[in-house]
Amino acid sequence: MRTGKRKCLQVIFLVVTALLFLPPSYAEVSLHGFLEGNYSFNTASQNPSGSDLKLAEETLQLRLNTEGESYRLVLKTRAIYDHIAGKTRIRLREGYFDYAADDWEVTVGRQVITWGVGDLIFINDVFPKSYAAFFGGKPLEYMKKGIDGIRIGLYPASVSLEIVVIPFFTPDDNPSSDRFWLFDPMPSVTDREEKKPSTTIENTEIALRAYRDISGFDTSVYFYKGFFRQPSLLPEDTVSALVFYPEVSVYGISLQGRAAGGILSLEAGYYESRQDRNGTDPVIPNSRTKFLLGYQRQLRKDFTAGVQYYCERMHRYSAYERNVSAGLPVQKRLYQLVTLRLTRFFMHRNLRLSVFSFYSPSYGDYMLNPEVKYNFTDDIWAAAGGNLFGGGYSWSRFGQMDRDDNIYLQIRYEF
Amino acid sequence: MKKLLAVLIFILILAGNSYGLTGEDIVRKSQNAFFYPGKDFKARVVMRLISRTGKQRIRELTMLRKNYGDEQKYFIYFFRPSDVRGMTFMVYKYPGRDDDRWLFVPAINMVRRIAAQDKRSSFVGSDFTYEDVSGRDVEEDTHELLKKETLQGRNCYVVKSTPKAGDMDYSYKLSWVDETSFLPIKEQYYDRQGELYRVFTADEIKDIDGIPTVTKRTMKDLQSGHRTEVTFTEVHYNIGIDDSLFTERYLRRPPRKWIK
Repeated sequence: MRTGKRKCLQVIFLVVTALLFLPPSYAEVSLHGFLEGNYSFNTASQNPSGSDLKLAEETLQLRLNTEGESYRLVLKTRAIYDHIAGKTRIRLREGYFDYAADDWEVTVGRQVITWGVGDLIFINDVFPKSYAAFFGGKPLEYMKKGIDGIRIGLYPASVSLEIVVIPFFTPDDNPSSDRFWLFDPMPSVTDREEKKPSTTIENTEIALRAYRDISGFDTSVYFYKGFFRQPSLLPEDTVSALVFYPEVSVYGISLQGRAAGGILSLEAGYYESRQDRNGTDPVIPNSRTKFLLGYQRQLRKDFTAGVQYYCERMHRYSAYERNVSAGLPVQKRLYQLVTLRLTRFFMHRNLRLSVFSFYSPSYGDYMLNPEVKYNFTDDIWAAAGGNLFGGGYSWSRFGQMDRDDNIYLQIRYEF
Repeated sequence: MKKLLAVLIFILILAGNSYGLTGEDIVRKSQNAFFYPGKDFKARVVMRLISRTGKQRIRELTMLRKNYGDEQKYFIYFFRPSDVRGMTFMVYKYPGRDDDRWLFVPAINMVRRIAAQDKRSSFVGSDFTYEDVSGRDVEEDTHELLKKETLQGRNCYVVKSTPKAGDMDYSYKLSWVDETSFLPIKEQYYDRQGELYRVFTADEIKDIDGIPTVTKRTMKDLQSGHRTEVTFTEVHYNIGIDDSLFTERYLRRPPRKWIK
């Protein structure tokens, strides 16, 4: 937690420094935010820690926006009261300064960046996620976490460029083992020390995106050099292990445009596992090629369907097979996943029914997320839904969460 | 003398034109007057969605449009309601084929394409459809000039437009089109049973920068009793909107000078 505070301070320092150089005129200040309750109840079994609740939180978010002709200063903070933990957390959701000139712009500080064309499938969106929020039944925006860094946009006539430099590493938030039943490859290893990449020049993450329209398709190419945001576990002895984040580079492409009466999305990426190029290290993920094909279409008035096919192919598979630790599940060379999303609006879009599902033909496991959302007024909405997991194996992505089924309630007042 | 003759001929041509117009000519001119005036256009739009019982919801947005021949680009920035504040929406509109639509979601800084096959879908939950907001291809209907009639002191053409496709939610539409401005003053939609069920009215027309503009309009659904009242304020034409506005860059970071 101390590093979290340090990071917050760093961001605030950057923002305040940037402010000092601002022309004071024409600033417009606005304050908005929301008050929200998020509650999630177990339906299959209690948490590992014995609670019936996966989530019981109230959140106050404040967004302070100061804006001039060519600059913005945004501070978005959250105060969260967690009933299960019995304590309050304060979080800086976003805190950045940005400046825009005619053909370039720069954003400095904590900011959320979303790349790629997948719907809840991320190949070239190499930025941190919160799977804890997603599986626990929080609104989707909580799934994306901010990065602490600098984003530069360059806009010459022919192509647009985004350059993201991230000196401070942020890992994904995974569901915690006291609230979720999760597969643990090393249950006897209780002493785990997390080692994040230190903040040095050579550890600075770089993400690039170049994009333009190519015959009606939004086309992007991507590059990332940094770290896996999912941890690897390196056993040191029988009871202790090191949790670390191996190096990775990603080379990718995406296309999205109108085709066959709908929206067609294509995305691919090559994940080069830089610390395990020959695939022999059982602790570090092998290099992989990931591919996504998506199609979205309006079936009729206010009713939309989206389907996706995703697969990832492991490279150096025979080396992986030879070296996989005894007693651990053996992954298939090809992992496949299909998704379906149906969304229907009623009552002048005040009522929304939706369902999203993941199903993996590789392991036979699934996740199902039906939801109903209603806007009581222009400022108050509530959503109720469920996250149902099952099928597959005790270690596969959704199969391991078989006992984590939950129903959730979200209610928000925005101002 | 020559000058006078030229003026006379000019007047004759004008007069001849307006008397010899077909239903399709009138609808084409009406579309031009209603959806295409100026090289570009900007307005602050307030939509009141009012239920039968009088319960109101408000949508407030800035709409920017620029013409590219028959094609158009729209840029929309939402102020209200609060759950869409800061969202932007961009449409490239092409005659004769599906639009390109993009939505920007600020909470996660994400730009997405939106499927846009059904132009009869409601625009932001209002009684107006996408077609009502940005126009319907003239070729999609057959147009018949029924008569001329005076409506609210205006001389109007009354045109019946019947969709060529059979699977529409209405069977035909009657339009009262002002003879001078070519703006639609009233439109009546008849359902499959021939019952009147949906009515558009232009409630206020103002002259802005020399262009007659509908600044207040209502669409009422007679079956549900729900209606949407739309007010345009701060309307401007020919303000020199840059082409670059209609790009992902500005969708993600809407420029203050255009949206305020």
